[in-house]
Amino acid sequence: MKLTPAQSERIAKTMIWAAALLVIGLLLFIMVYILVKGLPVLSLQFLTDIPRSMGRAGGIASTIVGTFMVTALAIAIVIPFGIGTAFYLAEYTKGNIVTRIIRFSAESLAGIPSIVYGLFGFIFFVIYLGLGWSIISGGLTLAFMILPTVIRTSEEAILAVPHIYREVSFSLSATKWQTISKVVFPSALLGIVNGVLLSVGRCVAETAAVILTAGSSYGMPTSVFSPTRTMAVHFYLLASEGISMENAYGTAALLIVLILLINVVANAFVNRFIAKGR
Amino acid sequence: MYQQTKIVVNNMNFYYGRKQVIFNLNLEIPKNEIMAVFGPASSGVTTLLRSLNRLCDLNPEAHMDGDVLLDGKSVYGHGANVTELRRKVGMVFEVPTPLPMSIFDNIAYGPRLSGRKGRRDIAETVEQSLRKAALWDEVKDRLSISGMSLSGGQQQRLCIARVLALEPEVIILDRACSGLDPISTAKIEESLMQLKEQFTIVIAPHNVQQAGRVCDRAVFMLMGRLIEEGTNVEVFSNPRDQRTSDYITGRFG
Repeated sequence: MKLTPAQSERIAKTMIWAAALLVIGLLLFIMVYILVKGLPVLSLQFLTDIPRSMGRAGGIASTIVGTFMVTALAIAIVIPFGIGTAFYLAEYTKGNIVTRIIRFSAESLAGIPSIVYGLFGFIFFVIYLGLGWSIISGGLTLAFMILPTVIRTSEEAILAVPHIYREVSFSLSATKWQTISKVVFPSALLGIVNGVLLSVGRCVAETAAVILTAGSSYGMPTSVFSPTRTMAVHFYLLASEGISMENAYGTAALLIVLILLINVVANAFVNRFIAKGR
Repeated sequence: MYQQTKIVVNNMNFYYGRKQVIFNLNLEIPKNEIMAVFGPASSGVTTLLRSLNRLCDLNPEAHMDGDVLLDGKSVYGHGANVTELRRKVGMVFEVPTPLPMSIFDNIAYGPRLSGRKGRRDIAETVEQSLRKAALWDEVKDRLSISGMSLSGGQQQRLCIARVLALEPEVIILDRACSGLDPISTAKIEESLMQLKEQFTIVIAPHNVQQAGRVCDRAVFMLMGRLIEEGTNVEVFSNPRDQRTSDYITGRFG
């Protein structure tokens, strides 16, 4: 049996729509399920109290602070190095041996499971450098983990800036640094921020690497040298050890809301920054 | 040769990698005139133009021998200042390319690079440049909108204004009207006629008719060689070389 073009068109359209709807449906289902189960748990007390009796009671305040500190530290470390490397690769060299080594390392690093980073962080930062289970060990380890992603997404964003912008800028008597800072960077910013946001999500959601380097103590951290328990680790432990599914859902719901918030705020920031140019 | 010569190209041989694109070219460009450099595709016109402000330096494959003199001083020689050169020799590209910023910031880009900060001073330059490029009346109320939201013809005049804001001495236009409608082209040609009072203009026209309309002197190039050079009348009405005549009459190209 042969299909007419109109029939194959209709079949293709149906299948593509079905695939898209299935994906969106699944995503919404998971989010709604967690929010429905978790949002009722959220209360002012849950947000401001530290966990008590292993997390059966009390709140999750210290894990919110821990998550924020570990992630912020990782991002703060990765931004200068990751974006700097990306500019080096995209603007300052062209296909020489150094570039190839950096690219190959970054690609290999991107494929390593996070628990391997955790093991490395445990051996190097926690034990060898004597930083102990701490926010700083966790932040450094996560920085290593997300570095390849940040380099690659930033480099892609920089390379996507039309070459003619650079020519125009040079022809208007700009130096290389003026061209990069005034034209290339603002044009690439949206893509760079997206890459960083992706990494924020990965840091916030990471468990294996964090448990090994920042520990799982749920007291309120007092400095970057304190051990901490992040939200993801907290609900992993609550769920896997059967301590309190209810509180695990509550933590997960808050995590989802936070990630949504970060995305909205960052997008608003970027849109404001580039609004003039588009 | 001329009363006042602005640019001299001396024995230029230009290569991209091992491929030679300009062969032993000598040329003098007079001050305060419009010189058209024209020829079919891959005749070396764009390369010649881009060598005048060293924009071809951006291509790592490019290298040349010979020299270009601006006001008698070598622009390739030891100690030549590329930033200064590009401020003096401005360029308008084939594709209108506003930078992704407001109209005002596009034009203020050059002056700000050279360290000018005074708000009034810059606003004054922006207005003057837009007036000279015959764009002021169309955009004076919306200087803060993106340069990319203008029409193609307006964008190209914005690019001309942006070059004028550098207060250059030479303006190069590389097929700057090729994507524009006849009315926009006419507006740009009109402003060029006025601009030559103050500037030296080198233009690669997008067709022979335009070259004939606007230039005082013309240069015909073919396959990287200079075939003929002379006044508008000499080249377009009475070409000495058969190839020039064939190209102008549309027998090839």
